[in-house]
Amino acid sequence: MPARAFDAHVRQRQPRVAVIDLEGEINAFAEATLSAAYAEAEQHEPKAILLNFSQVDYINSTGIALIVTLLAKARKAHINLLTCGLSEHYVEIFNITRLADFMSVYPDEATALSAPAAEADA
Amino acid sequence: MAQLLDVIRQRMPRMRAQTAQIDKPTSRRVRPQPTPVDIAPDDPLVAYFLDTPGAVELDRLKLDSPALRELKAAGVAIAVPLVSQGELVGVLNLGPRMSQQDYSSDDRGLLNTLASQAAPAVRVAQLVRQQQIETRERERIEQELRVARLIQQTLLPKELPEMPGWSLAAYYQPARAVGGDFYDFLPFSDGRLGIVIGDVTDKGVPAALVMATTRSILRTAAQEGQAAPGDVLARANDLLFPDIPPRMFVTCLYGILNPHTGALVYANAGHDLPHQRQEGGAVELRATGMPLGLMPGMSYEERETILAPGDSVLFYSDGLVEAHNPAGDMFGFPRLMTLMSDWTDSTPLIERMLNELASFTGAGWEQEDDVTLVALQREKLACAPVTLADDEASEDGWQSLTAFQTPSAPGNEREVIAKLESALAPLNLPHKRVEQLKTAVAEATMNAMEHGSHYETDRPVDILVRANPASVSVRIRDMGGDQEIPEAHTPDIEAKLAELQTPRGWGLFLIKSLVDDMRVTSDGVYHTVELIINREGEHHASQSL
Repeated sequence: MPARAFDAHVRQRQPRVAVIDLEGEINAFAEATLSAAYAEAEQHEPKAILLNFSQVDYINSTGIALIVTLLAKARKAHINLLTCGLSEHYVEIFNITRLADFMSVYPDEATALSAPAAEADA
Repeated sequence: MAQLLDVIRQRMPRMRAQTAQIDKPTSRRVRPQPTPVDIAPDDPLVAYFLDTPGAVELDRLKLDSPALRELKAAGVAIAVPLVSQGELVGVLNLGPRMSQQDYSSDDRGLLNTLASQAAPAVRVAQLVRQQQIETRERERIEQELRVARLIQQTLLPKELPEMPGWSLAAYYQPARAVGGDFYDFLPFSDGRLGIVIGDVTDKGVPAALVMATTRSILRTAAQEGQAAPGDVLARANDLLFPDIPPRMFVTCLYGILNPHTGALVYANAGHDLPHQRQEGGAVELRATGMPLGLMPGMSYEERETILAPGDSVLFYSDGLVEAHNPAGDMFGFPRLMTLMSDWTDSTPLIERMLNELASFTGAGWEQEDDVTLVALQREKLACAPVTLADDEASEDGWQSLTAFQTPSAPGNEREVIAKLESALAPLNLPHKRVEQLKTAVAEATMNAMEHGSHYETDRPVDILVRANPASVSVRIRDMGGDQEIPEAHTPDIEAKLAELQTPRGWGLFLIKSLVDDMRVTSDGVYHTVELIINREGEHHASQSL
């Protein structure tokens, strides 16, 4: 089974919230694309960046490491990193890894954008 | 009696007559001064002696005979043929009488009587001597064969190297006149194995000595596996060439097996081509090169083959393929190829070949040459229980759901978990449990492909999925069994976020968190991770942390 390509698109939703729509598999192959999308989102100096996982069907441990890297960058830049659209299984993974302790996990984009974390200053 | 000439030789290309002189009766006996006279078998004198028994006065004999001339020149006056059973076994030669008188008829009668009695005695003596010579020769040959056998048997491997996942077998049967077959195994410290099979022309001690020398040279040239097979043979050839006796040479095949990958790199110095049995038939393992010791400065082609699980290679000597049946037919290469193609491992390969050889040659076969066979087999990947014995598995009612193999390449864990999901479908496990197992298996497969097989596609990862009423087990096996198993540490996310630790290092932690049990075993070749989840009840990740 060939690896499903990974893609990421940045959208500006609220004045200081960028949404990165992730699509495909987050593994080692996703690194460059994910990193570029984050850099693009960061250009608008957002208070928060929302990672939308609703079109992601696979995250492996290398993908977790990529997310940890983004989270470390965001924390350094005082940007709130939020997530939405994770499947039940990956919510569990985010809990196991304690990623969920450092980035709020929302069921969908609307809930995430209306949450205080998207509004609050980082 | 004047001078006595004695004759002895029998059954020699030339008969040699020796003259012994006896001094005057009053003098003491002095040492005889024999004057040898050779009589060629085709000399007319021989025919004359056989046709005309009795003492002959040579002066009266008119024959164009070199022997006659020589005897006369040696002073022989009278010759008495010693004939036994129609064969001329010697001649009694006498010089002139001391009294200068002719020999009388009484003298001749006496000599004839003497000859008739001496001839059988001389014949018997000659036969006894001949027998003694033959016995000594036989003993010498037997002794030589014993020495040759001893040299060979001392130098052949006493034990077969053990390699998990592989089986090796060897057979060596010397012919009566021991040939120069040999084989050798060179276990290298990195786990690879050097395999040598060779045949020295000639037989007996000379062949055994050349075999011993060749073996030592090859062992030195192999350099603990650092030297490539082609270079080893080239070096051995240059070292052997100056010292090998004329008209002798050595055919030899040298290969290095990597038991982890199944790769066999080999070079061949004119030896019979090994046969590889693989799925779909058999192939000859070709590589060109001159026999060792014929001429210096040779180079040897190097080839590589991969033994997949279940593949075998037979190395052999010409004693097998050149064996003849009573009708004079040769065993031959086509027969060997057919046997290899048709072979199933229900009978061990060497046993199969020997059975076939025995039925081909028939009873009472006198082995013409040494027969040497070395069989190398890579065991089939059974995906068999490694941590659980078979009986334990059956007691617990384990049933195999699927077993398959995946090449070690990034991303291939996705294929594994897709197959896993299909295999688990009939069990109707809770979705959450399936997802947990999928992620754990994906991580374990990634580890196996990356750390165990270093993403070498010819070092695949084996997956076995089984279930019993209580549990589901997935075994992930790679060929990194010779590596240390890293311990699972709980990643420190604070340190990672502070960039004090690498962001990676989640795999083993995730696996342990997502399954109910994880068992890791290693046997020197294979490294196996078994992941087990309970079919009933809820798994809580936190419980296993």
